Amino acid sequence: MTNLPDPLTSVHRYISNASEDVREMLAVIGVDSIDRLFETIPDEVKLTALLDIPGPWSEIESRRWFRDLAAKNKSAVDHVSFLGGGAYLHYQPACIDQLLLRGEFLTSYTPYQPEVSQGTLQTIFEYQTHQCLLTGLDVANASLYDGSTGLCEAVLLAERVVHNRKKVVIARSVHPQYTETVRTYVQNLGYEIVEVGWTADGRVDTAALREACTNDVFAVAVQSPNFLGVIEDYDAIREIADAAGAVKIAVITEATSLGILTPPGAHGFDIAVGEGQAWGIPTQFGGPYVGFMVVKEALKRHMPGRLVGETVDVDGRRAYVLTLATREQHIRRGKATSNICTNEALIALGANMYLSLMGKEGLREVGEQCLQKTAYLRKKLSGVGSVSLPFDGPVYNEIVVRTPFPATQILADLEHEKILGGIPLGPFYEGHENDFLVAVTELHTRENLDHFVAALTAATSRERR
Amino acid sequence: MTPEDSRYAKSHEYINVEGEVGTIGITEYAQKELGDVVFVELPQVGTQLEAGDELGSIESVKAVSELFAPVGGEVIEVNERLAEKPELINTDPYGDGWMVRIKVADLSEVDELLMTAEEYDEYVETESH
Amino acid sequence: MTTILESDAATTAVPQSTNREGLIFEHSKRGRRGYQLPDLDVPEDAEALPASLRRGEIVDEVEVSEVDVIRHFTRLSKLNVSIDAGLYPLGSCTMKHNPRLNEELARTPGFALSHPLQPDHQVQGNLALIWHIEQTLKEIFGLPRVTMQPVAGAHGELTGILMVHKALAKSGNARKYILIPDSAHGTNPASAAFAGYQIKELKSNNRGTVDIDTLAAAVTEDVAALMITVPNTLGVFETDIKRFAEILHDKGAYLYCDGANLNSFVGIARPGDMGIDVIHSNLHKTFSTPHGGGGPGAGPVGVSERLVPFLPTPTVEKREDGTFYLDHGHPDSIGRVRAFNGNFNVLVRALTYMRSMGPDGLRRIAQIAVLNANYIRARLRGSYHLPYDAPSLHEVVFSDKLQTPKDVHTLDIAKRLMDYGFHPPTIYFPLIVAGALMIEPTESEPKEELDAFCDAMIAIARECEERPELVRSAPHTTPVRRLDEARAARQPVLRWKR
Repeated sequence: MTNLPDPLTSVHRYISNASEDVREMLAVIGVDSIDRLFETIPDEVKLTALLDIPGPWSEIESRRWFRDLAAKNKSAVDHVSFLGGGAYLHYQPACIDQLLLRGEFLTSYTPYQPEVSQGTLQTIFEYQTHQCLLTGLDVANASLYDGSTGLCEAVLLAERVVHNRKKVVIARSVHPQYTETVRTYVQNLGYEIVEVGWTADGRVDTAALREACTNDVFAVAVQSPNFLGVIEDYDAIREIADAAGAVKIAVITEATSLGILTPPGAHGFDIAVGEGQAWGIPTQFGGPYVGFMVVKEALKRHMPGRLVGETVDVDGRRAYVLTLATREQHIRRGKATSNICTNEALIALGANMYLSLMGKEGLREVGEQCLQKTAYLRKKLSGVGSVSLPFDGPVYNEIVVRTPFPATQILADLEHEKILGGIPLGPFYEGHENDFLVAVTELHTRENLDHFVAALTAATSRERR
Repeated sequence: MTPEDSRYAKSHEYINVEGEVGTIGITEYAQKELGDVVFVELPQVGTQLEAGDELGSIESVKAVSELFAPVGGEVIEVNERLAEKPELINTDPYGDGWMVRIKVADLSEVDELLMTAEEYDEYVETESH
Repeated sequence: MTTILESDAATTAVPQSTNREGLIFEHSKRGRRGYQLPDLDVPEDAEALPASLRRGEIVDEVEVSEVDVIRHFTRLSKLNVSIDAGLYPLGSCTMKHNPRLNEELARTPGFALSHPLQPDHQVQGNLALIWHIEQTLKEIFGLPRVTMQPVAGAHGELTGILMVHKALAKSGNARKYILIPDSAHGTNPASAAFAGYQIKELKSNNRGTVDIDTLAAAVTEDVAALMITVPNTLGVFETDIKRFAEILHDKGAYLYCDGANLNSFVGIARPGDMGIDVIHSNLHKTFSTPHGGGGPGAGPVGVSERLVPFLPTPTVEKREDGTFYLDHGHPDSIGRVRAFNGNFNVLVRALTYMRSMGPDGLRRIAQIAVLNANYIRARLRGSYHLPYDAPSLHEVVFSDKLQTPKDVHTLDIAKRLMDYGFHPPTIYFPLIVAGALMIEPTESEPKEELDAFCDAMIAIARECEERPELVRSAPHTTPVRRLDEARAARQPVLRWKR
């Protein structure tokens, strides 16, 4: 034990109590050393040396190391990015991050004690309301981890409400990593996952869907706009799912699309589930993001995750509180609707602020700008000889671009031009090695788009040589 | 006061049998233990039950209790009012707060499996200490 | 001694702040704006979207200015208490100081603006960071690999149990049951159930821990794993943990450790050395990433050698030349448990913290956390009933047994604490203690704050004797008081409507 530092003399800036405090406290406890407090841990498992890890570092040293690391990335910092595929670079209003840094939001816990957590509770109630307005459905929860685990929860929910069925149909144009996550989640639950492809327009193949929707299917999940960027025909899909008596799940990975596209609730879907990252959350290499789930009234008691409700206090004042908690793991344990506890509250709060600031008009305008700029790019690209746009269905802000060359080569060429040009589809879909997915948002200028077209034209002609 | 015209299960359900129809609910003691009832899940009419089968559940703000069939039979009616006013279970457990009516399959189970009011009161007395 | 709030002052005080802040929807006024975008700089195409796909106005969505938004959220924030403002002693939650360097570095543009589907060569910095935090956690756990993909403790639990299932299935029999002590967090049985198992509950003994004999009798050929929290939710260390591992391993079963309480032994002992096969760690607990009102978190999972093949994909690997890559090629993997790369920017914060602490600092976390909890235990003993007398580490669980004769209960004590300016402890958990008050101060708290808290608790115990009504009707000073939770659940109002 001799090579371990003495807890009486060691000191750290994040730990207030130092040698004098420790002595006084040990006296009150009635032991002569801190080690005595650890006697229930058997010596045979106790470390006799310090952990072999770096540190302690000052702020100066940490800044140096971490900033060096961040500088090793190529990113939208010094490139024009056209990357989407479930994570989008949108305008982030300045005040959001500053508000999120308020300690009262940042450093509070789950609002289990409503008297001292009305701030968090009321903001969740507002967030739930935004979700309902945007999706056209009735009941939203406080948040899930992200879109992919959100889809898992939606599938689990659907299976609970449709009895004695084990088959779920998921469109192949749902984000492939989402479907992969569902496969992981349900691997021991005896479900069968049936995938349905697309037709030439990039929309779900309704003939195949009809065939797949036998009467043992408990849910149908489609994404719109889908992973190919194409907006689905919700009504056609609903009709087929209804004939089978299946729960209809709409997956949304580009949340800003809800500002301009007719929402799933308006088309009779039962569950809208998705990724809220596009609402002003940084792409930050994939997380933290925020999963949202909104369901029809009839499904509310099957909802996973926390819910905030309005009530009154003992003096009759309006107030907010976590409610319908009997669904959750801390009460129903092994029979809970989900195992989720920690969620993405702070990210949901950021989304709530974004939705409030942008508001009715801003959400429409972001949608409109994405739509128009994408249409502009699409038109420009259709004039480039060696480039084709394989899917002709309606799109929002993402398109699949095809050239006669491997997408990875083309994208490497664009990278030289300081353009992160898109996401190759080859790793997701066999036979699509020459395709890549291009996303456009309100942040792109016409100049950016023109430069992209010029660089792509140059790249394809270079490859040709 | 525990009504003498009913019989009681150890899991705190009562059944009040008239002819071959039994009315099931939870006892005064059980509603007090649970606190404010906020939601009740009841079976569908036509469900066949054996004695001891799960019949539904009762939720308070922070607890869920399962409800068991005190005797076997077929569900012929459920108390629809509880969907809107679950608090009836708190305010009038033996009256308006009844939960399910069943057609008792074997009336002899009532005497064989269940306690009288007096026995139940004694049972509650010992259980709560 | 810090001055305590006089009881009378507490009843008559004007509430510090009252919630007069309406909903953002109620602030909305037609024509207001909170944003501006550059004018559209491409020609407008009226046919960009078929009319049938275009939604009309988003009815009831808000119209407010930036001023409205900043005032609204600032006012709401003031209705929260937080760790920045003082002790937040929620047991099992490890509410510790959240250093601001972590926040600053997570916002470094190179991290914040990187995209999850960029090719490996463009994100060497991110992959290096994930690799480094894995190396550090491997050393902390004493285990050969750690997946950084799970984004919460419960998510880690599901991941861990899925790996156990897959490993057992591969050797011929996935088995049926997971053993879980009655003192466990609710997420344990929930996660085990979603991973495809039934739960068998183990009764704890009079120390609140698991008896070797009880465990040995329960571990049949049908048992896949024991899921146990170390130290348990009473803060009591399972002294026989190594023996537990042997019993389980002898029968081909696994030992899963819920690492929620790692804060009490980090740097002191290592799960791997205890025979633990799987452990998740809540980075938002031990490694100080902020709770943010309920999340985000991260729940990396460390595994022993025999579970390594079953880790989620992709893993981050380092090449001989020092570059990093995502490896998707693990044929026995359970698959991915989330899209993309987990809560990457939570990992940035946690690694910053690990580096700030260093090896001695991490050890000191456990030492001072345990000292602080035992100080509270020593000071409150006598005023409150201690249902389990076994020595405890980082948290202490009292009950309301001494107060119930006056018809004052745990909930009342919790509410009364708010009048003294403290967030209450975790209450009515663990379930094995009737009227539990579960207190976890963490290493962050200075002695003065602990004294102020203990003084308040002792004053409340006295109030329970002398003026129980004052406690029963608490809180008296909060923006709202004693909400009608039954009403909220009976006729749920879950959204604003005009």
